[in-house]
Amino acid sequence: MPLMPENQPLHQPRSKTDLFVSFTILALQGFGGVLAVVQRELVEKKRWMTREQFVEDWAVAQIMPGPNVINLALMIGGRYFGMAGALAGIAGMLAAPMVVVLLLAVAFGGVSDAAWAQGALRGMGAVSAGLIAAVGLKLISALRNNPMGMPMCIGLASASFSGVGLLRWPLVYVLLGTGLVACSWAYWQLAKQAALPGGRA
Amino acid sequence: MNPVLQLTPADWLDLFKHFASLSLLAVGGAITAAPEMHRYLVDETAWLSEAQFTSSIALAQAAPGPNILFVALMGFNVGMNAGAGLGGGWVSVGLASLGVVISMVGIMLPSSILTYTATRWAHQHRDKLGIRAFKSGMAPIVIALLLSTSWLLTLSHNQPASDWPLYVLTALTTLVVWRTQVHMLWLIGLGALLGALGWV
Repeated sequence: MPLMPENQPLHQPRSKTDLFVSFTILALQGFGGVLAVVQRELVEKKRWMTREQFVEDWAVAQIMPGPNVINLALMIGGRYFGMAGALAGIAGMLAAPMVVVLLLAVAFGGVSDAAWAQGALRGMGAVSAGLIAAVGLKLISALRNNPMGMPMCIGLASASFSGVGLLRWPLVYVLLGTGLVACSWAYWQLAKQAALPGGRA
Repeated sequence: MNPVLQLTPADWLDLFKHFASLSLLAVGGAITAAPEMHRYLVDETAWLSEAQFTSSIALAQAAPGPNILFVALMGFNVGMNAGAGLGGGWVSVGLASLGVVISMVGIMLPSSILTYTATRWAHQHRDKLGIRAFKSGMAPIVIALLLSTSWLLTLSHNQPASDWPLYVLTALTTLVVWRTQVHMLWLIGLGALLGALGWV
């Protein structure tokens, strides 16, 4: 597997079964959140989408209500196979993991207080925090072609990080604040591009 | 054995309505609605014990798959309480399954319908300036949110004197996943092992 498969052609899911099985396998690998696995599998291994497309879809999946990885599965499934594809995506994400978690609940309901189990959760939590950060860092390269330009992107990202991560303001206010600035700026830039001779209509 | 919970069909409907009403509010993940679920399921109705509530969240986070499955576990436990726990045999299994279905359909259906409809519409109009501006504009912000999530998860362990090995583990994981193709399950397993041994 080459490290930078950016320039290889994109693939797409072959069938609804392919969607279901792919998302099942993804979900079963996702300890402490599925996002990191989704990014690696869909963008780097399966090549169903580019990093840019992933960031765009992820933005929508995160802003819509509902669990974000399931929103993503629903959107991808829906894009290729309509409503049936969306259902296949959701079912893939949920069915097998649900069986696993219920079996765990029946089998180990009482173990969660043990010191080693608490410790294992601590350790896994620290790793999954690292997985999420790594996805964030990888996706920065997707901003290269952003119409707002890299300096503006970095500025907006820093402002959002400061608001949510450092100052711990409620997410809604930060999204409304930086989001509004970002979308207006992007709109203006895209409109300027479109107005240039030979620009995108 | 706990006293068996008596749930009428109206109660099951209330359970459904509770999760369905939270579905559209839970922007940023259903976990943001956990305090409201606690108020209703533990404080108000006492359908779940404190321990069942907490372990539902912890177990779903430890298990593979989307964290939303903590809602399935809550429904499972409500059903188990309405039966006679694991000793209740098939009645308990049936009620627990009912609990899982009712809570998961409740939390998933409204948001999924909205997301499906909205994203279909957006995809059909993907060349419109407004849609392109939204996607481009939100991209850096979404990346910042990922980094913030990781940051806040790390700092939820706020005793640097004893928690610093966790910070190191998070930083090393970030570096390894960012720069190499090492399979993530190895890292998760390593984290679990180090934690179980009490080293982090």
